[in-house]
Amino acid sequence: MAFEYAPAPESRAIVDLKSSYGLFIDGDFVDSLDGRSFKSISPASEEVLAEVTEAGPADVDRAVSAARRAHTRVWSRMAGAERAKYLYRIARLLAERSRELAVLESLDNGKPIKESRDVDVPLVAAYFFYYAGWADKLEYAGAGPDPKSLGVAGQVIPWNFPLLMLAWKIAPALAAGNTVVLKPAETTSLTALAFAEICTQADLPAGVVNIVTGAGETGRAIVEHADVDKVAFTGSTDVGKAIARSVAGTAKRLTLELGGKAANIVFDDAPVDQAVEGIVNGIFFNQGHVCCAGSRLLVQENVAAEVLDRLKRRMATLRIGDPLDKNTDVGAINSAEQLAKIRELSDVGEAEGAQRWSAPCELPERGYWFPPTIFTGVSQAHRIAREEIFGPVLSVLTFRTPAEAVEKANNTPFGLSAGVWTDKGSRILWVANQLRAGVVWANTFNKFDPTSPFGGYKESGYGREGGRHGLEAYLR
Amino acid sequence: MATRSIKTTAKAWAIDTAISMIDLTTLEGQDTAGKVAALCAKARRPDPADPTCPQVAAVCVYADLVPVAVQALRGSGVRVASVATAFPSGRAALDVKLADTRDAVEAGADEVDMVIDRGAFLAGRYQQVFEEITAVRAAVAGDGAGDGAGGGSGAHLKVILETGELATYDNVRRASWLAMLAGADFIKTSTGKISPAATLPVTLVMLEAVRDFRAATGRQVGLKPAGGIRTSKDAIRHLVLVNETVGEDWLSPDWFRIGASSLLNDLLMQRTKMSTGRYSGPDYFTLD
Repeated sequence: MAFEYAPAPESRAIVDLKSSYGLFIDGDFVDSLDGRSFKSISPASEEVLAEVTEAGPADVDRAVSAARRAHTRVWSRMAGAERAKYLYRIARLLAERSRELAVLESLDNGKPIKESRDVDVPLVAAYFFYYAGWADKLEYAGAGPDPKSLGVAGQVIPWNFPLLMLAWKIAPALAAGNTVVLKPAETTSLTALAFAEICTQADLPAGVVNIVTGAGETGRAIVEHADVDKVAFTGSTDVGKAIARSVAGTAKRLTLELGGKAANIVFDDAPVDQAVEGIVNGIFFNQGHVCCAGSRLLVQENVAAEVLDRLKRRMATLRIGDPLDKNTDVGAINSAEQLAKIRELSDVGEAEGAQRWSAPCELPERGYWFPPTIFTGVSQAHRIAREEIFGPVLSVLTFRTPAEAVEKANNTPFGLSAGVWTDKGSRILWVANQLRAGVVWANTFNKFDPTSPFGGYKESGYGREGGRHGLEAYLR
Repeated sequence: MATRSIKTTAKAWAIDTAISMIDLTTLEGQDTAGKVAALCAKARRPDPADPTCPQVAAVCVYADLVPVAVQALRGSGVRVASVATAFPSGRAALDVKLADTRDAVEAGADEVDMVIDRGAFLAGRYQQVFEEITAVRAAVAGDGAGDGAGGGSGAHLKVILETGELATYDNVRRASWLAMLAGADFIKTSTGKISPAATLPVTLVMLEAVRDFRAATGRQVGLKPAGGIRTSKDAIRHLVLVNETVGEDWLSPDWFRIGASSLLNDLLMQRTKMSTGRYSGPDYFTLD
């Protein structure tokens, strides 16, 4: 008899959603000067969650001025140990409000509660705890004997890990003595605004953290603002290139964390069931909305049939649906726009001759959904092997020798991450040394830790976030 | 990615299924006929206050107490399992182990739980382990072996790997295959005398082994984690693991058992809580 799992939804009652949110500038929530706003919706139901203010150039200017004032008068002059106290306080508040933040993140982003609860929010607190520890030890960070903060950091983050990307940006910036103006992605502003409340709760001095919501134009206003000393961007390679062009010739410092097309390499001696778990985690975690997703599976030809067989069986047990259900493995695609892009590239894959297979699952009627999908018979020339799809779509390629695996893995304009699956330690080291990727995972995938630097080669960007290396981007 | 939250109807189903999969066990030097008879009464009717409560799958005892269990369970449908082959250590000559096995089968055991020779396994003498299982398999089937028993007994053979002594998952997987190739009807994690006994990762490795074995040979082998599963939550986690790894084909007492004693009362407490909405104290459930 079949074991049917009854729904186990996490309650929404813990989240206190307001009907509208202002901009968080100089310690207060304020309206925009021109009164424009947009709606934030839940991608799982298309329900409008709240009205969010759209910041224009004048609002960004107010935010940058507030950040500058806070930097000059308060934050850069404060002893590191004192800054650390604020960061620890923020970290504790994040942990205390973790359930609320997890529910809000899942509502706004569409990711399963299991993930926001067990991965995103705990990591968010961990990054603040980690960088709090650095605030009074900056002279040991490797940036020289007497490192100084840069000033005002303009930070623009994506929608795939809204709160986690905020933590990656704000925690090291604040620890190093900078103040920030941060723009969350327009589809996922709500947890950043909840974070603004936490800053108030923590009595963080006004102007140290400013959150301005809006779309691309708002981001451009931050990046191009003359009084911003440092730009940090995570997002698509196209926008990253545009930012690099606009920052070129100025005194602004820049770090970019962009797209990826990671190879997940499975050798014939790998423990197959574990490798399959790693493949699933690599591409279906967070609906594949992960810049370091293992979106190209390179499997050794002599075990390809077995690996694919087991992968399909495993994919059939994935549960797709309500992000707030604790049994959901794969949630909703973040936006209609992203769904259209995933569909388009998948259709191209089929048109170019690859074979599509999707997990047998029922998709909800409302909202944005795409089933976990794999393409076999993919070659390096196919667009689905070269372009970032940023969705739950895996391209499967095969190789015959270790040298061929490395060659194919590196044959991409990107270089953010890679995975190696083998029982042989020497092979792991040999492969890892030759892969041009910022992170190489061995017999695991998508593991994150505040102490570990993260960043890309080639079109995946430059600069590192996390660890001691992550501080360098915020010190001079 | 496969943690599951089991609530309401799913939980009620899981609790009843877990009860029906229990091999209610007493394996102590101090066991008496009276103790075994009491356990059998519990096995027939785990919750005297509720006739809808399912029976357990089997009662598991030492070979000398099998006649007591057979007598007490006659006509109930609850099976009698006996440990054998110099349980729990397995340190005896093959003749002694076979005699132990025949003793259990002749006394009426429906199922025999044998232990493998872990010493031989760890020393790399896989052939010896294999042949021992084959010999016990034949004794369980009632090959006669010159003692005049003759005729197939139809008893099932469960092979205990004692995974806590095998130490690595590679060993667990290898021993699982060895036992299945040698003819085990069930593979079982532990004697319950060694810690750690059944753990979720070990159960997972063995589930993958029975799944792969069926894919390779077409023969389905059952699995029995035993020892260390004491709470309803543990039991449900195991059922979820079965469902996710090998699917519903194994989700019945014919193919999945849980070797336990104290687990039953915890399941009964949860069961009563599901039906009444209230927790009652341990005094409302019989101690046997």
